[in-house]
Amino acid sequence: MFRNVAELVERAESQGIKISQVMIEAEMDVSKRTRQEIMDEMYNNLDVMEQAVKRGLTEDMRSHSGLTGGDAKRLQTYMREKPYLSGETLLHAVSMSTAVNEVNAAMGTIVATPTAGACGIVPGTLFAVSGKLKPTREEMVNYLFTAGAIGYCIANNAFISGAAGGCQAEVGSATAMAAAAIVEMAGGTPEQSAQAVAIALKNMLGLVCDPVAGLVEVPCVKRNAMGAAIATVAADMALAGIKSVIPTDEVIQAMYRIGCTMPTALKETAQGGLAATQTGRQIEAKIFGVPLNQ
Amino acid sequence: MKYKSVFDIIGPVMVGPSSSHTAGAARIGRVARSVFGREPKRAEITFYGSFAKTYKGHGSDVATVAGILGFDTYDRRLKDSFAIARERGIEIVLRTSDELTDHPNTSRIRLMDERGSVEVVGISIGGGKIEIIEINGFPLKLSGSAHTLMVLHEDRYGMIAAVSNVLTKYQINIGHMEVSRRERGHQALMVIEVDTVVGEQAVQEIEQIPHILGVSVLLPT
Ligand code: SF4
Repeated sequence: MFRNVAELVERAESQGIKISQVMIEAEMDVSKRTRQEIMDEMYNNLDVMEQAVKRGLTEDMRSHSGLTGGDAKRLQTYMREKPYLSGETLLHAVSMSTAVNEVNAAMGTIVATPTAGACGIVPGTLFAVSGKLKPTREEMVNYLFTAGAIGYCIANNAFISGAAGGCQAEVGSATAMAAAAIVEMAGGTPEQSAQAVAIALKNMLGLVCDPVAGLVEVPCVKRNAMGAAIATVAADMALAGIKSVIPTDEVIQAMYRIGCTMPTALKETAQGGLAATQTGRQIEAKIFGVPLNQ
Repeated sequence: MKYKSVFDIIGPVMVGPSSSHTAGAARIGRVARSVFGREPKRAEITFYGSFAKTYKGHGSDVATVAGILGFDTYDRRLKDSFAIARERGIEIVLRTSDELTDHPNTSRIRLMDERGSVEVVGISIGGGKIEIIEINGFPLKLSGSAHTLMVLHEDRYGMIAAVSNVLTKYQINIGHMEVSRRERGHQALMVIEVDTVVGEQAVQEIEQIPHILGVSVLLPT
């Protein structure tokens, strides 16, 4: 198995193959399963993601708490009716990423990528970019392997959960994973994928995990939305040949160190940040029926 | 390397909203069920740390019970686990504790019926991945994602060799192995993660080794 992004890129470039293929081969090696079995499992994940995007864009999603739901549709309606400012692919990515995260908040079925809190970004960008690049189903599955390869490096060298490393570890990782996968699908090199990871993750450093009332809803849904936007733009920048001065693995290391020094109040405990705002506290008191000062 | 597979990152397929607090909670419940080996009559669940604080919003309670019922993280019945447990006559007791634990997402599950009980402590480490850190008071480390053989035996020499001889005979490869004991010279628990299915015959053969007190097999969850 590759231990970090540098080794992953090295393996891909020396063999002249894509990151997704390195991931599939490594998975075969570790799990002792056949290529077909591994591909089938990922096809299944892709189907679940597609369902979630569709549900979020067509059904009236509402979470149990009533805090989230309906924004994915709202954005689609806006795109149909108004001359929107940012790009079409970008806004689809934002809307689809929102859709999946709204389905998650409503206790619907999703694929954790890498976690449920950040489950919108990888499928949201995948289906938005696919609208433009028209990939085959197999290329769409490869997108997930590439995203997985980056997530694998981040998870083993840092962390991927808000409780462990803040939102930079959760939404940040998903954003970096998506950026790399978009680059590959658009025909970029493994090295460009790695650059996209660095560019995307650098813009997520320091992001704290501060969910209101401890629920994976506020700010999570909107962070998924903006994660999708950053991933898409980071991919374009890397495809343009822009490079990160700090190498990718060092950016991941920086994320790790920032996460280690981040106070517990800002790591999913709902004690700081947006959770501790006046409105955040009021929502918490209302949902759990507890007095405000607790 | 904590994460071994691409499906630890792209996966699991699950009912939301939280991989650590919903899917992870369900998986700990499911491993507890599998260690117990049958449907319990009563389940006592204790949540610590962040589980204790936020379980309501994440459905960690509902998910844990779903796991105890043997449901997977993506099972649509997950939401209705309390009602299903009631129908099946399983009594559920839920507690929260403010005792400090090493990991913020910790749950302790005690399952019992007239024939016996087990107690499992698990932690949810992120992305739906879990670790079991204690079974019946034996400290250990178990992922629950491999075929696992658990052998309770008297704490004396030669036990590891005797068990691994049987595995060798059936060509079962050991991926990870740990021996845990509460006190020297009493009982010990051998936890062996293997690459392939451990058949009925191999289990029987291990059971017949002198000083072995019990053998159980966990399927990957
Ligand atoms: S704020 Fe916390 S719970 Fe919400 S998406 Fe970020 S890491 Fe996850």
